[in-house]
Amino acid sequence: MSERPSQAPADQAPSDRRSFVSKVSAAVIGGLITVAAPIAGLFPILDPLRRRGDTRGMVRVTSFAALPEGGEPRKFPVLDTLVDAWNRTENVPVGSVYIQRTGDNSVRVLHTTCPHLGCSVGYNASGRGYFCPCHKSSFALDGSIADPKSPSPRGMDPLEAVVRDGEVWVKFQNFRKGSPERTAV
Amino acid sequence: MSDWRNWLDSRTGYKGLVHEALFENVPGGARWRYVWGSTLTFFFVVQIITGIALWMSYSPSSQTAWESVYWIQNQMWGGWLLRGIHHFAAQAMTALLVLHLMQVVIDGAYKAPREVNYWFGVALLLLVLALSLTGYLLPWDQNGYWSTAVSTNLVGMSPGIGTALQTILVGGASYGHHTLTRFFALHAGLVPLLIGLMIVGHVYLFRRHGLTPTQPIRKPDEGFWPEQVLRDAVACLAVFAAVLYFAVREHGAPLGAPADPAEQFAAARPEWYFLFLFQFLKYFPGSAEIIGAIVLPTLVLVLIAAMPILGRWRLGHRFNVGLLGVLLAGAGLLTVQAFQADRNDTDYQISRRIAARDAERAVQLASTGIPTTGALTLMREDAYTQGPRIFSRNCASCHRFDGHDGLGYPLPADSISASDLKDFGSRAWVSGFLHADTILSRKYWGGTIHTEGDMTGWLGDHQPETDEEKATRANVVLALSSQAQLASQKALDQRDSARIAAGITYMRNTDYGCASCHKFQDVGTDSPELTGWGSREWMIAFINDPEHPRFFGRDNDRMPSFGKEKSLSDKEIAMVVDWLRKEWRMPPSTVAAARR
Repeated sequence: MSERPSQAPADQAPSDRRSFVSKVSAAVIGGLITVAAPIAGLFPILDPLRRRGDTRGMVRVTSFAALPEGGEPRKFPVLDTLVDAWNRTENVPVGSVYIQRTGDNSVRVLHTTCPHLGCSVGYNASGRGYFCPCHKSSFALDGSIADPKSPSPRGMDPLEAVVRDGEVWVKFQNFRKGSPERTAV
Repeated sequence: MSDWRNWLDSRTGYKGLVHEALFENVPGGARWRYVWGSTLTFFFVVQIITGIALWMSYSPSSQTAWESVYWIQNQMWGGWLLRGIHHFAAQAMTALLVLHLMQVVIDGAYKAPREVNYWFGVALLLLVLALSLTGYLLPWDQNGYWSTAVSTNLVGMSPGIGTALQTILVGGASYGHHTLTRFFALHAGLVPLLIGLMIVGHVYLFRRHGLTPTQPIRKPDEGFWPEQVLRDAVACLAVFAAVLYFAVREHGAPLGAPADPAEQFAAARPEWYFLFLFQFLKYFPGSAEIIGAIVLPTLVLVLIAAMPILGRWRLGHRFNVGLLGVLLAGAGLLTVQAFQADRNDTDYQISRRIAARDAERAVQLASTGIPTTGALTLMREDAYTQGPRIFSRNCASCHRFDGHDGLGYPLPADSISASDLKDFGSRAWVSGFLHADTILSRKYWGGTIHTEGDMTGWLGDHQPETDEEKATRANVVLALSSQAQLASQKALDQRDSARIAAGITYMRNTDYGCASCHKFQDVGTDSPELTGWGSREWMIAFINDPEHPRFFGRDNDRMPSFGKEKSLSDKEIAMVVDWLRKEWRMPPSTVAAARR
């Protein structure tokens, strides 16, 4: 039943040549059939490694007029095409962003998840800053780390954005968490 | 090296275990006939490994089961091979079970003191069959769905608790999410667990009683290792190679179109090893069905289970061997009959072709992304899939498509009363239509009241004779056909634009051309209108209401106003038109490319 002859105590083995050939053959063939199914199973399991994350173009998120004039951030969902394995769904939330006015025709856009371990970062209006409820990272309005004791290795992730004809367009993407570098995934 | 081995052995006693496992005494030496139990165990492990790997990507619900299996089969790295191995290893296990049972019965290995172990084996046989029955449903394709409907309805037929048992098994009164979750829990949880436990018991008892050598013993005893292990391994490798061969040849496992409770599936068949039961049922029509479906199979099982007891009788062993032989021969005969019946059944062959067409189309549509409502939504809105079905249900009582009903089923010739709509609007179609001889054939107006109409009369009076007349008629054919604006003819229409222009000039002539009767562009008065004749818009409006003054008006010959009377929805009319025009959202010719 077992295909692991190498564990057989040596003193039990008959020593004629035929038995030796049998042992080697049994070990080789046994090894072959033992690894076949696990290998077949391994490829689909490793399949996610060869798939890249979503790459999106600019998505319209809101109108510029909807942003508070004092530079207070507002949270918006980003609606775009969501591809989830076999499913493809148009115009559904794929994430959310904080948007603040920084000028007459400019905005700052920050990803709403914490760069530390991916919790959802809240905006604290009284403290005029962002605060992560999970591990107590705090960020300034521009997204930089506010409290040096914050566990987050980097400030909040800014996203590329433009204001065109009174509409705010954002290039939405996700970044790897937990590292000082900002790597898109 | 030996230090840690000794350490481990003193903590676990593994050396004794290995010794126990490998040095089982094989009386009379290793033999090929002893390999079946080991191969079965091996394939059970293969199924667990491949099954867990599949589990990582499978999603049991009626909107995701087919979709996730499609994803495994067509999109994941090596997914098709994994499915193929799991699928064909299941078939191999069934064949191995039969061989193992034969070996045990022929060698008399069921006799005292091995009765209990034999019963473990019979229970394992049934559990493995339960695995294949539950696994058949999981891809949630048409075949799995309709075959499982049959097998669960058979459960419902069993006396007393049948209905309750069926409802529990199916997870409700109809098939859906809970059928899949239950079948999946049985297939990947409960049944394999029971099999695992039973294998432990089976192997324990086997080791306790030892092998049953057939007499006479000619060779000295041997240890299990290495000679028997080698034979077992070679047998496993050989069967595994066969499994791989089929998995590669079939490019994985079959996956039909997504299950559709509203779409009849005439090609439903169980796995080949259940075909004998399928065929057997045919001999028990009506109320006798319960005898074929439940009573007799149960009796046979009782007989098989009773073999150790029957074997005590003086002729018992011979009886048992004979019984098994008769049962297997009978099952074999029934299987052959089932295959033969299907081969000679043209309707079944056609339904198989439709099933293959749908399966291929489903994969193609899915490759662009599936809505959250599932792949069935794509199929239901697809002109290529629905067109022939709508045609068959609504149009084929009068019309034909290439001589058949649209799906491929033949229809009686004497029921044809309207034109054959294959390639409607194309040059070939128009050319036959605008000809005094062929317009009277059944392919065109031979079965309609229009045989007596003005058009037929005009064609008879104006048969082209000179070369010039023939050239003009040919140009009119091109011109009329170009009105249909068929996508498939676009290049041809562009190439022949000069001839088409000449044809249109003739058509517009109100003295002798088409416009002497028909309304065409801004000239002529009478119907049917030829402007955009045969175009998508024209066809949709025509099917909507052929009695409209734009079309046949009061000359309409029996064609219902499908849209106006609401017997077909706008969407259905558009789908049948797009199908007739071969203007699908995705041309099916790219199917093969999308699959590889």
